[in-house]
Amino acid sequence: MAIEAEGLRKRYGDTEVLKGVDLSVPEGTVLGVLGPNGAGKTTTVRILATLLPPDDGRATVAGHDVVEQPMEVRRRIGLAGQYAAVDERLTGRENLTLIGRLYRLGRAGARKRAGELLERFELTHAADRETKTYSGGMRRRLDLAASLLAEPAVLFLDEPTTGLDLTSRMTLWSMVREQVDAGVTVLLTTQYLEEADHLADRIAVIDKGQVIADGTPDELKRKVGGERLEVSLADASGAAEALRMLERVSVGPAVTADDGRTLTVPVASGIGAIAEAAAVLRDRGVEVTDFAMRRPSLDDVFLSLTGQADGAETIEKQEVTA
Amino acid sequence: MGELVDDVMALTGRHMRHILRVPEKLIGVTIAPVVMVLIFGYLFGSAMTVPGNGNYREYIMAGIFTMVMFSAIGTSAAGVADDLKNGLVDRFRSLPMSRYAVLLGRTVSDLAMTALSCVVMAAVGLLIGWRAHHGLLKTLAGFGLLLLLGFTMCWLGALIGLVVRSPEAVNTIASLMTMPFAFLSNSFVPLDGLPRWMQIMAEWNPISAVVSGCRELWGNPSTTVSDALPAQHPVLTALLTCGVLLAVVAPLSSRAYNRAAAH
Ligand SMILES: Nc1ncnc2c1ncn2[C@@H]1O[C@H](COP(=O)(O)OP(=O)(O)O)[C@@H](O)[C@H]1O
Ligand SMILES: [Mg+2]
Repeated sequence: MAIEAEGLRKRYGDTEVLKGVDLSVPEGTVLGVLGPNGAGKTTTVRILATLLPPDDGRATVAGHDVVEQPMEVRRRIGLAGQYAAVDERLTGRENLTLIGRLYRLGRAGARKRAGELLERFELTHAADRETKTYSGGMRRRLDLAASLLAEPAVLFLDEPTTGLDLTSRMTLWSMVREQVDAGVTVLLTTQYLEEADHLADRIAVIDKGQVIADGTPDELKRKVGGERLEVSLADASGAAEALRMLERVSVGPAVTADDGRTLTVPVASGIGAIAEAAAVLRDRGVEVTDFAMRRPSLDDVFLSLTGQADGAETIEKQEVTA
Repeated sequence: MGELVDDVMALTGRHMRHILRVPEKLIGVTIAPVVMVLIFGYLFGSAMTVPGNGNYREYIMAGIFTMVMFSAIGTSAAGVADDLKNGLVDRFRSLPMSRYAVLLGRTVSDLAMTALSCVVMAAVGLLIGWRAHHGLLKTLAGFGLLLLLGFTMCWLGALIGLVVRSPEAVNTIASLMTMPFAFLSNSFVPLDGLPRWMQIMAEWNPISAVVSGCRELWGNPSTTVSDALPAQHPVLTALLTCGVLLAVVAPLSSRAYNRAAAH
């Protein structure tokens, strides 16, 4: 196991922030730690990255105990914290060169490695500009690059894409993927189910300082329900036939809403199911007023795992033109 | 040890770049002290009589030097608070380096800036009539005392920055905490007028000790009349008070750094 944590506890004053967190991450895999704001994700990462001692419990990272041998752990990890840690007054290159020198790569070694990483993270064009001029996505990339300077075996990413637009998010995802392909073990925290689904081999759902579910993304989605296609018909009379059509592409039982004309069917993810559903409905001349893919959000995950949410189902909606 | 030196040098390089890129900082360490020398030398000079009819400008220089050393508190505090706020402290703490490296990098480079201030002020002081009368060694020894005070103040500033954390609040807090030190000293006024208990505090104040020490080493007019240890042996007292303060503040800062959390 590259990361192994047992019964991590932490309290601040009267509030117990971690109530016994257990995690284990096999070498070369990605664990997504999924949880809402205040769940204890950052606290967990800080303990594992030797920045914060746990009140109780133990953890080893890359074969070394985080409390007993913090230096050994630090030699083997990279950390990109929740807020990109860049020196705004330095250029991107200077930022990386500084961290490289502190990683003891030597002056020339640090400069060379900084150049490589700037290239890999598509920052060469801005390398010699002060980072205060960087966009959020560029800062994140620079921060990630800094965490990779010493080629760590274990990488901690605390909400690496929070606040980024979709394009920057996808770029960052592919950069993280590259690291995983190169054999790096990654623990990443996120508030987005989609992100965990995209990057993680396993997901640990954490809430109020406890891991409340743990499994592969598929296992988790099976529990929560995966993507659903929601079709609204112009007219309730065609509902029965449309439902029969849609069952061909569904992967579970379809449901008709109380209004008699809104149909929801669970479907396999990907464009195939959408295309097929759209095609059969068009061929039969069914008149459709709304056609949308809905994917479970973090709220759905919590609703189904804890049974508590705001009551109303909040789901992210992705419109698809019918 | 060699690694510690490398780290400190790398971090000092970083701070020097900051200075070059933020002209206000450079002005703070050069122009501002000069203005202080001129204001005290010319504006207030006429209103003061120095005990024993000494040269007023020779009398005040030691006080101005120490005030500038003292202002290093705010500089270091602000620097540390900034690093905390933008997450750099977390990054540094996740690196396999000595916990002293980051604080030393900060305090050593802030000290280098105060040394630069000293050079500039000494030059202006010489122009307006300040002289040191006891030879090169003692002159340098006086500056040694000043730098020791400056270094201690940098560590105190680092501690304040780590504890206060907010870059906005840090300057106010630093000056509130340090004001009594600055004014309860013999920098600009003789202590004879004060009640006895205040006199004792003022005499043992590291600032007073450094001021008196410099006046003694430079052969500048001095106001000490008391026969207490600080008055009789100002250099020793300066070494002692600064040394003790440093020995307390540096480990405290390092402890605070080790527990530092940005948010
Ligand atoms: N230094 C601290 N002092 C007091 N409370 C803290 C501190 N750090 C975190 N907390 C609290 O601990 C809880 C978990 O925080 P955190 O680990 O940052 O959650 P997450 O990263 O999942 O949003 C929050 O309620 C937060 O307010
Ligand atoms: Mg967090």
